[in-house]
Amino acid sequence: MDLTALLVSMVSMGGLGALFSAGLSLANKRLQVVEDPRIREVTEALPGANCGACGYAGCAHYAEKLVSGEAELTACNVASSDAIEEIAGLLGIEPTITEPKVARIMCQGGLAEATRKAEYIGIQSCLAADLMVGGEKQCSYGCLGYGDCIDSCPFDALYLNDNGLPVVVEDRCTGCGKCVDACPRGVIELHPKSHRLFILCKNHDAPKEARRMCTKACIGCQICVRAVSDGQIIMDDNLAVIDYNLYGQEATLPTDRCPTDCLVVFENQAVMNEEVSPQ
Amino acid sequence: MKIILIFISAAVINNFVLTYFLGLCPFVGVSKRLSSAVSMGMAVTFVMTISACVTWLIYNLLLVPYHIEILEYVSFILVIASLVQLVEMFVRKISKPLYDALGIYLPLITTNCAILGLALFAVLRHYNFIESLVFGIGAGAGFTLALVIMAGIREELELANVPRYFKGAGITMIIAASLALAFMGFSGLISI
Repeated sequence: MDLTALLVSMVSMGGLGALFSAGLSLANKRLQVVEDPRIREVTEALPGANCGACGYAGCAHYAEKLVSGEAELTACNVASSDAIEEIAGLLGIEPTITEPKVARIMCQGGLAEATRKAEYIGIQSCLAADLMVGGEKQCSYGCLGYGDCIDSCPFDALYLNDNGLPVVVEDRCTGCGKCVDACPRGVIELHPKSHRLFILCKNHDAPKEARRMCTKACIGCQICVRAVSDGQIIMDDNLAVIDYNLYGQEATLPTDRCPTDCLVVFENQAVMNEEVSPQ
Repeated sequence: MKIILIFISAAVINNFVLTYFLGLCPFVGVSKRLSSAVSMGMAVTFVMTISACVTWLIYNLLLVPYHIEILEYVSFILVIASLVQLVEMFVRKISKPLYDALGIYLPLITTNCAILGLALFAVLRHYNFIESLVFGIGAGAGFTLALVIMAGIREELELANVPRYFKGAGITMIIAASLALAFMGFSGLISI
């Protein structure tokens, strides 16, 4: 390419660019939309994770809805209490601090506990395995262990332990609920951090079957139901369920009487965080 | 006569979406509601028509005389991007709900291959100015037609008993393919 062509190209393209940008800036002046300045301030105060757990397209969209009064301040799980206070100050409303939630894996049937019915060779995804044959494990209620929840977590708050079960790193978990949606078995639940007692099993099978499938399954023996007063733990189709409105926030519970160790108290969070995965 | 044939050809027979498979992103993305599909079709038609005219002018009055046809992609993208910016400002000014409904697909018109395809086709087929203009309107009308048919079907689909595993993206792809097959029936009707 000779010099003239180069020059012509530069001038023509530069000229076109200048022409269009002049037109656009003129149009921008004419068609300017005056926006509430608080929208930007609120957007900046929000965590900017854009996880979508609030139900809006992203933090900016949520901020817009907050300013227009259509969204609740409690919808964002990720925002710290400081951020919520700041936003409440910007909007001139009372900050409503709700208890943060955290994801809990409601299954203890790892590779060591659950019996297997077959070997699954296929796409290493819980959803695929669940659609195919229901995974390797006998139990049709428990964790499949292929880590769809781990892949779905935008905060790296989950990892797979040696036993093939996902573990929640509480410090990182924001309670956004992405893992809950990703789990095809519904094994993951969101609980307020104050919930300390859990029945970590989802199996509704008959006691004999449940015991055969997993050494840590709830076998519906009802010992826990009898050990507490009425209604605090109820039986739902061979599975014990805790009524958290009545019970479960205290740590003084008959967990040692559960024959399969599926009634568990999370003593304190330090214990749960003991084996935090290396990043 | 040729002008009418160009219009029909661009709108129906060689439909950009259903025959050339260009601009599939907004075709799948903005065809959930009939109202937003019509608006999106209008926006794309506007950009297509104006860009067909402007790119013709640039190509024939600037690129050809100075023998810099090699820069057609750069200059065409420049035109399209500027026009899309203009449309975005305009839509935001006149209708905030529409702006929200179109969402990310409005700025994505910039990278919509249907519009660049239109400009390049017009050059390739040696259309004159009027023919380019009609080609742009026809292609826009065809895009709108495809989007509206799709949106109409998808609105009805919400009431239909779709098998669980086909719900969402699956059934959308199947319908898009069926529509494309139907439009293939027009092929060869006229050659232009």
